[in-house]
Amino acid sequence: MANRILAALIGAAVVGISAQASAGTLEDVKAKGFLQCGVNANLSGFGSQDSSGNFAGLDVDLCKAVAAAVFGDATKVKFTPLSAKDRFPALQSGEIDMLARNTTWTASRDSQLGFDFRAINYYDGQGFMVRKELNVKSALELSGAAVCVQTGTTTELNLADYFKSHNLQYNPVVFEKQEEVDAAYNAGRCDVYTTDQSGLYSIRLSLSNPDDHVILPEIISKEPLGPAVRQGDSKWFDIVSFTHYAMVTAEEFGITQANVEEMKKSANPDIKRFLGEEEGSTIGQDFGLSKDWAVNIIKAVGNYGEAFERNVGQGSPLKIKRGLNALWNQGGLQYAPPIR
Amino acid sequence: MASLDARDGDGRRASLLYDPTARSYVYQALTVLIVVWLIWQAWSNAAENLARANMTAGFGFLSGRAGFDLGQSLIAYSSDSTFARALVVGFLNTLLIGVLGIITATIVGLLIGIGRLSNNWLIARLCTVYVEVFRNIPPLLVIFFWYKGVLSILPDFRAIRAGVEKAKAADPTVGDPLFIISNRGISFPSPIFQPGFTAVWIALAAAVLGAVVFTLWANRQQAATGKRPPALLVSLGLIILLPLVVFLAAGRPLAFDYPVLGRFNLSGGGLISPEFLSLYLALSLYTASFIAEIVRAGIRGVPKGQFEACGALGVHPSRAMRLVILPQAMRIIIPPLTSQYLNLIKNSSLAVAAGYPDLVQVGNTILNQSGRSIEVIAIWMIVYVTISLVTSVFMNWFNAKMALRER
Repeated sequence: MANRILAALIGAAVVGISAQASAGTLEDVKAKGFLQCGVNANLSGFGSQDSSGNFAGLDVDLCKAVAAAVFGDATKVKFTPLSAKDRFPALQSGEIDMLARNTTWTASRDSQLGFDFRAINYYDGQGFMVRKELNVKSALELSGAAVCVQTGTTTELNLADYFKSHNLQYNPVVFEKQEEVDAAYNAGRCDVYTTDQSGLYSIRLSLSNPDDHVILPEIISKEPLGPAVRQGDSKWFDIVSFTHYAMVTAEEFGITQANVEEMKKSANPDIKRFLGEEEGSTIGQDFGLSKDWAVNIIKAVGNYGEAFERNVGQGSPLKIKRGLNALWNQGGLQYAPPIR
Repeated sequence: MASLDARDGDGRRASLLYDPTARSYVYQALTVLIVVWLIWQAWSNAAENLARANMTAGFGFLSGRAGFDLGQSLIAYSSDSTFARALVVGFLNTLLIGVLGIITATIVGLLIGIGRLSNNWLIARLCTVYVEVFRNIPPLLVIFFWYKGVLSILPDFRAIRAGVEKAKAADPTVGDPLFIISNRGISFPSPIFQPGFTAVWIALAAAVLGAVVFTLWANRQQAATGKRPPALLVSLGLIILLPLVVFLAAGRPLAFDYPVLGRFNLSGGGLISPEFLSLYLALSLYTASFIAEIVRAGIRGVPKGQFEACGALGVHPSRAMRLVILPQAMRIIIPPLTSQYLNLIKNSSLAVAAGYPDLVQVGNTILNQSGRSIEVIAIWMIVYVTISLVTSVFMNWFNAKMALRER
């Protein structure tokens, strides 16, 4: 028996996969009493840490919302700051329960890496940032440029494809950490910085002279960013996905952090059902959550629009417009399945 | 032997249980079995865990399209190449840093080590400061220091370009500069060998061969007559003049690819990137500080009498160091030197901090794009073990050659 355990331990150490209890992620999270969420620590607006160690951002809010749905308490979440390279092994090994780190949903990540994606909390696309003094108007003028890029990202692949398909030469300067890419671009090591456009807005603010840099109009890729969980636990997958959908649904219904208690008394049966006020409805319980799960989410982080404006929109230094991330009935792509 | 040991006082055969040879075989077999069983368990456990995480295993992914570009490559590589080729590019970049770093570290270390023993107070103190500073900083910080240092000291490329544009505007005959040192690296004209150049290579090989033969003859001449023909002078003359004459006779079959200032960057010519430069300097100078101490210890390990005997015979101190002390010191120096070489090669895996595409950085990218952590880590380990073992074998051979041969 002891040998068996020893062998199992060695095997687990070799793969870095801890032998997990057979119970689902929801039970594990409930048992340990908090949610472990993998986030970015250096991308303001999506996931960043302030000087006192608190995390904030759109992705961070999604983690808080899941914690609120599970525990009714948005503070029961612990954050693991991850680099682009470390994020996938961290999720595969079970070190984190969910990954919300501006991660692009791609077919190979969904299939080959053994993850599940569904909800998209930010529709993004890859863009380019250059110095104003270079007087570049379009990415097609960038032939011969040195391009700073972070390794282990879809960005790196899109970059190669874009320059190849347009017959442009470039010299990639690749780093593992975003801070290193920022520093190299700031020091003039490269002419161009490329990453998701939202990221460029965020990074521009951290440069020594933000006004000296422009973001080019081209968007060269589709980057649907969303939370990822391990494959094979559809119950947990549903909870994470529907937490985001609940935030979108709340915006559709006009339910905000401020008015959620009032809205409970609404005459609209859809709203009553959503907020767990309908007699005999067991939507929350069927997810393995409480009846008022949606109320807890909205109380914790507000609806999707509120979270967006607070973190990346008009209430933030980034001032990103809703664009693709507006609700479907307002010209955007944010659309939630009916919660009934 | 065993049969003798296994007999008791009366010469009868004792039980196998008490036979030391048989027992040792049993223990060894058991150890092998346990090791094999542990490896098998770990393997099957890994496979089981992978299956549970819905992941596949195997090295088939290596033939897939890489899809990313690399900043520096010694062989032809594009984003259409395979993952395997990308790994080879990384491996060659690691070897490049390793070989150049080892050569530089050895030369610098030897000079600093001897310098520390100098009678000149200033030189000795400067060498001590060098050793103490570099030896006591973690290599990663040394790399950061050089990378940030190199980047911030080198002039900004755009400023240089602006300067050249201005000069061109004032005088249209001005061309692009041949050598440019900027924060984009050091660019220089790179040679293009035209077909006729083969003759020059052959001439060079012949000259080197001739020089070797002449030196051997000179050695024998010296042993026989006590007079040494000017071997160095003749060899140098041969190696320089013969290829030069052939080069001119063949109609100068050599062209240069000159660097051109583009709108953003340099194109054409050769380029040493700041990433390579900083990693190379950091690793060489860091390892040199350890080698300096090994050299100092080696020289100190040669008995003092050897110096004194040289002095008594009137041998000049620098000749004494070169011909008497260092050859004896080498026997002490070589074994610890090997481990410093291995350290340098292994430390080159910190390249990722300076953005240099070595085996680890390329592997990291592949690991991320393909999600094959276990396979990539296995490749890393195998490659580093192989490089280190080959270095080790070579150094052991060299050590055996240099060791004191007792006659």
